[in-house]
Amino acid sequence: MMTPQTLVRARNLNVKFVSRDATVHAVNGVDFDLAEREVLCILGESGSGKSVTLRAIMGLNPRAKTVMSGELKLCGEDVIAASEARMSALRGRQASMIFQEPMTALDPVFTIGRQIAETIVRHEGVSYKAAMARALELLELVQIPSAKRRLEAYPHELSGGLRQRAMIAIALSCRPKLLLADEPTTALDATVQIQILLLLRRLQQELGMGVIFVTHDLGVAGEIADRIAVMYAGRFVEEGPVRDVMRAPLHPYAQGLLGATVHAGLRGKRLTTIPGAPPDLRDLPTRCAFAPRCPMVENACRSAVPELRGPEPGRAARCIHVAQAAQAA
Amino acid sequence: MLKYILRRIAYAIPIALSVSVVCFMLVHIAPGDPIDAIVPPDTPKDVVEQVRKDYGLDKPLPIQYAVWLGHVLQGDLGRSIATRRPVAGDLILAARKTFVLALTAAMFGFAIGIFLGSLAAFFKGTWIDRLAVSFAVGGVSVPHYWLGMVMVIFFSVLMNVFPAMGAGPGDWQWDWQHIQYLILPALTLSCTPIGLLTRTVRGIVSEILNQDFVTTLRGKGLRNRTMMLHVVKNAAPTILAVMGLQLGYLMGGSILVETIFSWPGTGSMLNAAIFRRDIPVIQGATLVLAMFFVMLNLIVDIMQTMIDPRIVRK
Ligand SMILES: Nc1ncnc2c1ncn2[C@@H]1O[C@H](COP(=O)(O)OP(=O)(O)OP(=O)(O)O)[C@@H](O)[C@H]1O
Ligand SMILES: [Mg+2]
Repeated sequence: MMTPQTLVRARNLNVKFVSRDATVHAVNGVDFDLAEREVLCILGESGSGKSVTLRAIMGLNPRAKTVMSGELKLCGEDVIAASEARMSALRGRQASMIFQEPMTALDPVFTIGRQIAETIVRHEGVSYKAAMARALELLELVQIPSAKRRLEAYPHELSGGLRQRAMIAIALSCRPKLLLADEPTTALDATVQIQILLLLRRLQQELGMGVIFVTHDLGVAGEIADRIAVMYAGRFVEEGPVRDVMRAPLHPYAQGLLGATVHAGLRGKRLTTIPGAPPDLRDLPTRCAFAPRCPMVENACRSAVPELRGPEPGRAARCIHVAQAAQAA
Repeated sequence: MLKYILRRIAYAIPIALSVSVVCFMLVHIAPGDPIDAIVPPDTPKDVVEQVRKDYGLDKPLPIQYAVWLGHVLQGDLGRSIATRRPVAGDLILAARKTFVLALTAAMFGFAIGIFLGSLAAFFKGTWIDRLAVSFAVGGVSVPHYWLGMVMVIFFSVLMNVFPAMGAGPGDWQWDWQHIQYLILPALTLSCTPIGLLTRTVRGIVSEILNQDFVTTLRGKGLRNRTMMLHVVKNAAPTILAVMGLQLGYLMGGSILVETIFSWPGTGSMLNAAIFRRDIPVIQGATLVLAMFFVMLNLIVDIMQTMIDPRIVRK
């Protein structure tokens, strides 16, 4: 066995969007590593910067107004410094991305087969005909029934579930090492959600991909993740192995999030909600961003943004109430 | 697909018929007795009635229409009251000249408009965009007669590089002797399509560039020229529709420009005929222009269906 290589390495990653009226601080100091074959789930409420983080890894945020700083490496390539040409050689080949809305994420006027084949032609330089043959295999891989006929179909002729399968086929067409999935099941019916999830998990294991999976659904996270990161106001406020975080979250926000969702571990307990709203990313405070909503808030929370503290190896949270283990310093 | 095209053509027939009714009625709806145009004002009453009979103007309207349509279908648009020559022959010559002018103006306008519009969309919010948009607004706002006049004063009178009026000697030919006559009116006429196309293309292309699937395409690592193919195919149906309409308007709407430059096309012909109440010419010219419009719509429709799979073809 080879030793696992690092697919993604982020250190103090910042992403902001600069426009004439405002600067949106979407990602504010994110650190993490993703090893080969590892599955990381990012949880967090709407607007916490999950999608921006994924797009940053691919270099897909709008070039003109995006400012990135810190360190961000994708398969060894420095994403922040890389030219568009270098990034486009990585995209679809080393790393692929799938999106929430399979209808709008596919080009409506090109056939499914064509949209798969063009990626293969781009990265592997094979003929269009050979690429189409590969496209057929891919449709079979993602278990689309009557795949041959579907090759000639247009996106609007497929159901939501089949469209998402086609989207996955496109993403996997060049056997990438990393798959970024941005809420790939949110727009689908419950039964279809489970099918897609099972498919993704199977493909992840068969192809040995690293996956970063964004979701609102804790159940989904528990199902497929190795590790979980909880995102709030553009920061990872907690990160750790899936079982530990689910069983005993450290950060008050993560505790609230787990309390606000129905899942098996909560049977018999009361559902709680987190009062208040996330902060305005245009004007980020220099304190714990969760403080105004936190039940455990004290004066020290308002003096600075809390550092990541690790009570035990592999776990970390940005909260002053979390004990700092001596060896993790 | 062929079946669909045939069906579309079949659908166009009732439209064409209604258009012909409107063309026919136009003259009868307009105030004044058409007979006044034929006979001098002080003609005795019985002579007027005789002329009315000769021209068939005494029969009920439906009969007049049926007779007229019958002739039209045989390519006979009657004789001009003013010149006594068959309308069809003159009209074909004029229509050919108008077509040359409209097509040139359209091609030039479409090319510039599509170029500026795409440029504006790709550089949205920059000075390039603002420049292109101002150009577009100018293009649709500037009055043709004013611009035509300025063109004539500048290029013909002061600089003496292009002739000010006419379409060159004899029949139209694509040689410099004739083309030099075409340049000023075509430039004047192309202002509107430049403006409209710039605006439309900018709107549709920037809308497409903002769609999710473009992020997917970038996420696949596609090269720019492959991406362009996607943008073009998505934008084509809308842009084709606008181009078709514009070409139709240019064919029918060049009256002012043709008059200013004395371009011997259907516009000039129609203009003269209206002042003389030359009914057969008015009817014939309107009919030919309207039919051209119907045909253009048909072509655009079929092309859209061929490009966009979401338009159902049954
Ligand atoms: N291109 C952009 N320009 C300006 N602001 C942006 C842009 N993209 C995202 N943002 C802002 O960045 C913040 C984070 O957005 P992001 O899409 O990452 O949220 P999210 O966590 O994915 O939420 P959701 O669960 O709703 O998808 C939001 O406030 C959003 O308005
Ligand atoms: Mg999102």
